[in-house]
Amino acid sequence: MSVISSVLLLAQEPPAPPKVEAPPLDAVWPILIVLGAACVGVLFEAFLPRHQRWPFQVVLTLLALAGAGVLLATYISDAPAAGELAMYGTLAVDRPALFLWGTLLALSLGAVLMIADRSVEPGGAFVASAAIRPGTVQDRAQVAATGMQTEVFPLTLFALGGMMIFCAANDLLTMFIALEVLSLPLYLMCGLARRRRLLSQEAAVKYFLLGAFASAFFLYGIALLYGYSGSVQLADIAASAGGSDRSDTLLFAGMGLLVVGLLFKASVGPFHTWTPDVYQGAPTPVTAFMAACTKVAAFGGILRVLQVAFESTNWEWRGVLWGVAIVSMVIGAILGLTQTDVKRMIAYSSVAHAGFLLVGSIALTDKGLSGTLFYLLAYGFTTLATFGVISLVRDSSGEATHLSQWAGLAKRSPLVAGVFTFLLLALAGIPLTSGFVGKFVVFEAAIADGMAPLVVVALVASAVAAFFYLRVIVLMYFSEPAAEGPTVTVPGAFTTAAITLGVLVTLLLGIAPAFALDWAAGGVFAIR
Amino acid sequence: MTPSYYLLLSALLFTIGAVGVLVRRNAIVVFMCVELMLNAVNLTLVTFARINGTLSGQVMAFFVMVVAAAEVVVGLAIIMSIFRTRRTASVDDANLLKY
Repeated sequence: MSVISSVLLLAQEPPAPPKVEAPPLDAVWPILIVLGAACVGVLFEAFLPRHQRWPFQVVLTLLALAGAGVLLATYISDAPAAGELAMYGTLAVDRPALFLWGTLLALSLGAVLMIADRSVEPGGAFVASAAIRPGTVQDRAQVAATGMQTEVFPLTLFALGGMMIFCAANDLLTMFIALEVLSLPLYLMCGLARRRRLLSQEAAVKYFLLGAFASAFFLYGIALLYGYSGSVQLADIAASAGGSDRSDTLLFAGMGLLVVGLLFKASVGPFHTWTPDVYQGAPTPVTAFMAACTKVAAFGGILRVLQVAFESTNWEWRGVLWGVAIVSMVIGAILGLTQTDVKRMIAYSSVAHAGFLLVGSIALTDKGLSGTLFYLLAYGFTTLATFGVISLVRDSSGEATHLSQWAGLAKRSPLVAGVFTFLLLALAGIPLTSGFVGKFVVFEAAIADGMAPLVVVALVASAVAAFFYLRVIVLMYFSEPAAEGPTVTVPGAFTTAAITLGVLVTLLLGIAPAFALDWAAGGVFAIR
Repeated sequence: MTPSYYLLLSALLFTIGAVGVLVRRNAIVVFMCVELMLNAVNLTLVTFARINGTLSGQVMAFFVMVVAAAEVVVGLAIIMSIFRTRRTASVDDANLLKY
């Protein structure tokens, strides 16, 4: 009997494997282009001779960014207004995500132009070969050599792909993977400066250790939230936050750890300790890329997590984030006053700006969302151009970032001093710049959501921060230039294009912000 | 065996890792402490998968392992480069960037 039944079993058809439909890709083509081009870039590194790599990589990277931008634009023209879920529900391609993708692509175009530039520093801002030990004969030779470590181009594209996934991630696991995909290339890129390599390597170690520490917290938060709701989908967490038989400790401990990880990436408040060191030590084009794009991606993630997953519990956590925003603004404004290095000063300014952005992010209204998105766009372009200008002021040992070296810069180069003044005014939030409009919409949304005391603190902090921007302007215009002062390099086409892009957008968004505000207000997160 | 013991154990391991990151001096040891934290998270994920009766926690543990491996590659490369320069991996000696 048993023999017969087993023969019958064998004779039966094996059960058909479950049919898995390939997901439609039209919403995610920009990400696929960016990540695909990054893989092709890795192959270029493997198979092209050294002297051909730079032109191939530059062309490939710029083509990838342009192609992704075109595909994004064609998708937006007939995208569903409420957004859609892509890749089996792991990505939510909704209006905020599309806005952030466009912002990220445009910002990284500027950053890639600065990375590719070989006119400001002969051979580029990157080391010829990262394996050379600093301080050796080979190291002195590579400073004068013209080659550069062209792996930075694929690394940039990988980081950009991670950022794009990060701000569209609809579940926490995707968000964690995207966080690592965006962070790991950045750790490496920080350590690749051509000059001052000890500082650069030190920045990479610090960023890596602290970043890994923070992503462990992020991950533990995910694990606790999984325990709370049985799923890592943001919508499921939101649903079970309304009522679950599990202890609320899991929810709030998980959320706290998760948000700590996010705030670290966005360099907010007390989690900013890596920011000044890494901004100072990293090659300036990489600093520009980090300061602009990482901020956009991190706040994209914060907005989505707070608005989609934790909106219903906001009475419990909002007070804490009030405190964090205040701490961030105060730290940025006060410590920025004491800085003597331009790059560190802008780093503390970015901490203060992260506080302003957090004010907009915890206003859980549509206006808060669109205001924060606009602020990210405006701040990204301003800070990109700021670092572009910083890379131009140089002396024989590289960039002259000490503030005393900037004294009397307006007499040496009125144009560069004028552009830098404009950018600092935009960072300070003076009218007719994008910084003013950004602060205005964010603070307006915060007041409308009942956070007037927080806005008062923010206004005081921006007044204090305005002081240290003005101090640099006074230094450039009303001081005598130092005898052994730095020279201002005339940039080549790439850096000029990047700075012009940043300055034009800063000016345009300051004078005629309506169209960008309309884009930012185009829709809300798809909550499903 | 109640699964909550495993949660306590993983919380303990995570805390040990976090304290280790804060107090240890050698970059390699700091990094190992981060790995301990990640593995503590894996234990939490697997335990919750058991409690919830779903498999996704176990699958996530695999993702975490892969990410941790990638992080090791990048991290050791960075720590190696600074060790070759300075002949030490102490995080206290890396003090050029301050104020």
